[in-house]
Amino acid sequence: MTDLSPRDRIVQRAAKELQDGFYVNLGIGMPTLVANHIPPGVDIVLQSENGMLGIGPFPFEGDEDADLINAGKQTITELPGTSYFSSSESFEIIRGGHVDLTIMGAMEVSQEGDLANWMIPKKMVKGMGGGMDLVASAKRVVITMTHTSKSGAPKLLKKCSLPLTSQKCVDRVITEMAVFDIDNGRMTLRETAPGLTVDDIRKVTEAEFEVADKLEVM
Amino acid sequence: MNKVVGSAREALVKAGLQDGATIMAGGFGLCGIPENCITAIHDMGIKDLTVISNNCGVDDFGLGILLQTKQVKKMISSYVGENAEFERQYLSGELEVQLVPQGTLAERCRAGGAGIPAFFTPTGYGTVVTEGYETREFDGKMYVMEEWLKADVSIVKAHRGDHSGNLVYRKTARNFNPMMAQAGKITIAEVEELVPIGELEPDHVHTPGVYVQYIFQGTNYEKRIEQLTLTPR
Repeated sequence: MTDLSPRDRIVQRAAKELQDGFYVNLGIGMPTLVANHIPPGVDIVLQSENGMLGIGPFPFEGDEDADLINAGKQTITELPGTSYFSSSESFEIIRGGHVDLTIMGAMEVSQEGDLANWMIPKKMVKGMGGGMDLVASAKRVVITMTHTSKSGAPKLLKKCSLPLTSQKCVDRVITEMAVFDIDNGRMTLRETAPGLTVDDIRKVTEAEFEVADKLEVM
Repeated sequence: MNKVVGSAREALVKAGLQDGATIMAGGFGLCGIPENCITAIHDMGIKDLTVISNNCGVDDFGLGILLQTKQVKKMISSYVGENAEFERQYLSGELEVQLVPQGTLAERCRAGGAGIPAFFTPTGYGTVVTEGYETREFDGKMYVMEEWLKADVSIVKAHRGDHSGNLVYRKTARNFNPMMAQAGKITIAEVEELVPIGELEPDHVHTPGVYVQYIFQGTNYEKRIEQLTLTPR
């Protein structure tokens, strides 16, 4: 995977997290693009928190249905096997631990796996939506994010400075530069983008991390 | 038994909706919102409302129109990002807002209708939204206690309904409507197709009519799409 834009590198690597038979919730924004890269032979079911299992592709012009939208309020379609249910049932599915994989974005992740992705005090307070429920109860949480902010500040920190979405909930972080795992409050670098060294990663990562014995290329 | 009324206004008058009341409004974004009741509340000028709804519409449609006319005192929602007037009123202190995680909001409404005064959820534990809440450990994991939500009047939207208030929803327009129908002291349902008793398949009823006090045939639904997103041909 060379010559990819940062976004494409993140999305294509995140698609490798999908396993056959998984029920998956993709957060709004970059995570939704993961659905365009489902590996061949891998069958998954996408959940929409507003009450649907079996999200299909965006409709062709003229086929859009105002009663059929995803969590980001975009028009979608259904698939054979799709089901609909209420919001309380949708969150029973989420809170009851029935979703195999949750992929969402982040503003900050701490080395212990704390996640901040819902508000910037006094600047952006739009609400948390279903994000807090998803990470509090998910079987597996994978974060997709750029490695640094637009101003170049690290987003992988010792401790989050922004209000938390949840504590110690992140299992894996995928950026355009690296893949980290977080287990029992410890962060491990597992993969680096082609051409990057561990030092390159350390320069832009405030969080403390160990390096895997078998470090791989993304 | 006949719960049928002629219009949203007639239902709201019969329900006795007053200034200062707490209402629940179904819908997710602009999907499945009770358009006729929202317009009627706007036109009747009922104010100082506490509104429980997942979102607040957009500036000029859905619950957003009640903000324009300053009829809302407090919003209880999970996400209000699509509404600039909302953000302005919130940041200036004109509007009281309680942000509740979506799953917790859904379950609090369900609990209100189901007679469950409180429940424990892991959502929000260790975050600013649950500061001061009672917590408890179950099987080695921490949970926060949340309380039921109830409304003086719930306004809900369904696809089909019969004269006894049985409701059937359509696709993702279902969302919060069923739980809010349960949790309203008085529930008003507006439907796209009102049918006589006996027309709805019993196995296909989503909300049994026991929860619904008034039902009417809705009119002139705009059913606006917030984010038209297409696959190019």
